[in-house]
Amino acid sequence: MTIKIDVDMTKCQHYGQCVFEAPNVFRLNENDKLEYVAEADDSELANVEAAIDVCPMQAIFIVD
Amino acid sequence: MTKPVVIVGASMAGLRVAEALRRFGYSGPITAIGDENHAPYNRPPLSKEVLAGDEVSHATVAFPMRAATADVGWVLGNRVVSANLEHQNLTCADGSVYEYSTLIAATGLRPKRMTYPNNLQAGRHVIRSLDDAIALRAALNPGARVVVLGAGFIGCETAATARKLGCDVTIVAPGALPISRILGTDLAGEIMRRQQAEGVEFRMKRTVTDLIGEAHIEGVLLDDGTALPCDVFIEAIGSHCNTEWLEGNDIDVTDGVLTDSNLRAVRTDGTAHQNVFAIGDVAKFPNPLFDNLARRVEHWNIPTESGKHVGQLVALQHAVAAGGEDAAEKAAALETLTANGFRPVPSFWSDQFDVHLLAFGLLALADEAKLVQGDLAGDCVYEFFKAGKLVGAAGIGMRSVVQGYRNAFGS
Repeated sequence: MTIKIDVDMTKCQHYGQCVFEAPNVFRLNENDKLEYVAEADDSELANVEAAIDVCPMQAIFIVD
Repeated sequence: MTKPVVIVGASMAGLRVAEALRRFGYSGPITAIGDENHAPYNRPPLSKEVLAGDEVSHATVAFPMRAATADVGWVLGNRVVSANLEHQNLTCADGSVYEYSTLIAATGLRPKRMTYPNNLQAGRHVIRSLDDAIALRAALNPGARVVVLGAGFIGCETAATARKLGCDVTIVAPGALPISRILGTDLAGEIMRRQQAEGVEFRMKRTVTDLIGEAHIEGVLLDDGTALPCDVFIEAIGSHCNTEWLEGNDIDVTDGVLTDSNLRAVRTDGTAHQNVFAIGDVAKFPNPLFDNLARRVEHWNIPTESGKHVGQLVALQHAVAAGGEDAAEKAAALETLTANGFRPVPSFWSDQFDVHLLAFGLLALADEAKLVQGDLAGDCVYEFFKAGKLVGAAGIGMRSVVQGYRNAFGS
C-alpha cells in the first residue's frame, strides 16, 4: 500500500522543515526549492504526518 | 471515574500533546481548555501571509484535526483562573472545576501593552491572536499611517506586511538596531537597510511617551518631542506569560513555568512534580545541548517538540501505572526517554520583503557572529559562537546550507 502526498505550492515557502522529518519524501533542491515524491510507501506515514505537523505554512496534505 | 489528562491552553502545543498522547497509546480521557473561542490554529502567518491576504479567517489558519484526537474534550472560550496542585484540580472563570490525573500547562503568551497619560484605545493594535489579526487587517488600508512600537521579529514582520499593503510605516524602538539581541549587529543592520530600501522609516533609540487624539489616535509623541502622525499604532514590545492561574502553588512561575529537563514543573525544594508539565512558550527548561540554564524559547518548533515529548512521557507513565502485561517494557521505555530528556534544536524563520531568514540554535547566547558564506548584501550564512563554541547559525537565503547546522549542536 502507498500514501499519496500533496503540497500546496502556492502556500509552500520552502522552509524545508519537512525534510528532517521525512527525508525519503521531501528535499530541497540545489535552488533551495522544495521537491517531493507524490506517492510513498505506507511505512512513511508516520514521517509524513510529522512533516505535516512541522510545516510552518501547513502546506502538506495526505490525499485520500 | 478515571480523571482526565487536562491540557490548559488550546493552541498548537495543546494540540500536539493531545496527538502524542494518543499516538503513544494513552486511551483515557483528555480535556483541553482554552480561553480563545477558536480551535487550535497556526499563528506565524498572522503577521505575514495571512495579514497580507484579503481574507483573515479561522479556516485559513486552522490546524487539521486528526481522527485519533476526535474524542478530546475541547473546552473553548473558557479560562482557567486557578489551580490546586495538591488536590489536583482547576477552577475556570465560569466557576466550573476540573479534576486531573496529569496537568499540562500550555497557556502561551499575551502581548505586553503600554499605558499612556492619554490612554485612548481606538486605533491601537497588537498581534498575537487570530482576532488581533482580523482587527489589524481591517485597519491596514493603503495610505494609512502606521507606527510600530518595537523592532523584534513581530514588529519587523508586521511593518513589512503593512508596507506591502501600501501603508506609510515607521518603526519606533529603544535599541540601535532591529532584532539585534538575537541576530547580532551585521544581520540586524542589513535587515534595517533592506526595510529602509522598501520605504519603512526607523526612529531608533526612541520611544513613544504619549498618544495624540481624542476619539481615535491621530499621532504619537516621541521622547525627543517629535510628534508623528499615526492612524494605526501597533504595540510589538514583547509578551507576558499566561501563568497567573498557577500562582499560589509550590512552583516557580516568575518567568514561565520552571521545569526540569523533562518539562516537569519543579517545586521550590528542587524536586519535580511527576504529573505537572509545561510545554510551548511558557516552558522554562534547561537544554543540555547548550548548557544547564533553564530558559524559555519562543521559537516555532518548541510547541510541537515539547508537546511530543510530554505526550510520549505521560502516555508511558499511564501505561506503567495501569500495570498491564507490557508494563515492564513501558517502564524501560519511560526510563530511556527521561534519561535522555528534552533537548530540542530551536529553529525559526522570518520573512520581511526579500529577506528570507532561517536559523537554528540559540543565537541570543552568542558573543560573536562570523560570516562564513556569501555576502551580506545578497544571500549569506553566519555562524554564532559563545566562548568559541558554536551555538547557532542563521542565513538570508541559502537554506540548504543553513539546514546543515541542525545537527551541529551539543556534540
